Amino acid sequence: MVVSTRPSANDRKEDTVKYFVLLAGDGEMPAWDTLTPEEQQAGMERHHAFGQACDDRDGVEILGGEALGDGSTATTMRTSLAGETVLTDGPFAEAAEHIGGFYVIEAPDLDTIIDLCKVLPPYDIEIRPVLDVG
Amino acid sequence: MTSRSGPSSTSAEQAITESYRREWGRLLSVLVVRTRRLDLAEDALAEAFARAASRWPIDGVPDTPAAWLYTTAHRGVLGRLRAEAVAGRRAPLLATRTVVPAADPGDDLPDERLQLMLLCCHPALDAASRSALALRLVTGTSTDEIARLFLVPTSTMAARITRAKRKIAAAGIPLARPVGQELDDRLEAVARTVYLAFTAGYAPGRGPDLLRTDLAGEAVHLADVLHQLVPDSPLARALLALLTFQHARREARVADGRLVTLADQDRSRWRHDEIATAAALLDSVPRSVGYAEELRLQAVAARAHAVAPSSADTEWAVIAQAYAALEGLTGSPVVRLNRAIAMAEVGGPTVGLELLESLDDVLAHSHRLHATRAELATRAGDLVLARAAYTLAIERCGNDIERAFLTRRRDDLADST
Repeated sequence: MVVSTRPSANDRKEDTVKYFVLLAGDGEMPAWDTLTPEEQQAGMERHHAFGQACDDRDGVEILGGEALGDGSTATTMRTSLAGETVLTDGPFAEAAEHIGGFYVIEAPDLDTIIDLCKVLPPYDIEIRPVLDVG
Repeated sequence: MTSRSGPSSTSAEQAITESYRREWGRLLSVLVVRTRRLDLAEDALAEAFARAASRWPIDGVPDTPAAWLYTTAHRGVLGRLRAEAVAGRRAPLLATRTVVPAADPGDDLPDERLQLMLLCCHPALDAASRSALALRLVTGTSTDEIARLFLVPTSTMAARITRAKRKIAAAGIPLARPVGQELDDRLEAVARTVYLAFTAGYAPGRGPDLLRTDLAGEAVHLADVLHQLVPDSPLARALLALLTFQHARREARVADGRLVTLADQDRSRWRHDEIATAAALLDSVPRSVGYAEELRLQAVAARAHAVAPSSADTEWAVIAQAYAALEGLTGSPVVRLNRAIAMAEVGGPTVGLELLESLDDVLAHSHRLHATRAELATRAGDLVLARAAYTLAIERCGNDIERAFLTRRRDDLADST
């Protein structure tokens, strides 16, 4: 995972929070593979604009981010306390069907992330702080 | 307040009560902004008040009680931070977007309650927690009291408040002094939170109490603080005016455990001093847009009721006009319902009944639609319709006292036929 390439989980700068930003396409944003090439191009441009906006903002750094295969390519692995595993085809929850990608971003605060995410295509976006487990 | 020469426990108690009521929110806001630790600041301030309760009766009330409390609490936070450092624990600091100079003991204490209020009402927090958090932190209402106001066990309320505070720190919700459009957006979130808390007290839907006047009163207090903090904001003025008009009727709304409708209320029991204050405030609110205008229009309708000598002598046309504008702004079926009531007063019950017809699809679940239809049908002399509508209203009403009221109205109908 991208995060583990950082030297240590403890190097969080004094005044920033690391955020996991999950992009889902089940709201206004249709699934990526249903978009026309032109629409995909426009979407990519907004991702570039987002990268630029993050670069331009003090204290903000994109640490990583990837586009994900769609829900039909997901495998869910459930593990019992006894260590038995059960595999099923598909994502673990219906909502996860539409998850298109994610970013990991360091930023001063939640308001900054919310503001920057307005540049992205119209995903439904979940923003969570990354825990410092170092 | 100084009583150095002869300390007396009574004057010390008074000084503490007074300081708590007037200074809690401001002291906490400054502590939070300067130390960026919500949890430690709150604990330390509570402890400073406890310390005052044991010291002031003996040592006398200090010349500047607020400064004494601030210094004591600030020292308390520093002590806790040292203890955390020794134990190797490090909790996250609140994110902040403002640069705050270090505390200078000689300074006058500033007022950072707006930052605190915006923090408590941040849209990323659970809506049900926002007003509880604002009451706890900004007005210093105890968790016990807040739990009682919201009809939940203290442990539930304590958990809710703790969860909200944890989220603020963990998710990096910042202390901020936004300006311009951002401030307007955030003030709207605050106003909606306060309005919701007021409504919960003004017309609780479920349970044994018809009104929870004390909760409504706490919400008015929050609206008052907001107005002090942003006196030029039309939104804050309209909110305070509206809530004050409504709250001024509190003592007349229930008699002998029964709901008294506006028409039947003893208007001498309305607080006419408060109504006058709200009217003056409303005069200073310009027409605007969005939520501020919604609140202003509601306040215009509330004033027409509040200044009328009787239900018959009410300027119903003003009310109908305000609701028509409000309906245009919000498209809300509840507003249309209120407009129908006003139109019935202006043009007769049949006019009102006609307006209600368009609401059956959207408001069929609400007892208010049926109760209103029953009332207008009674006035129009259509007792069959009235009886059927009362029955629907009674089935759908969740409040014990209000249901008893509707049942009595239906029974009165039977007597008169």
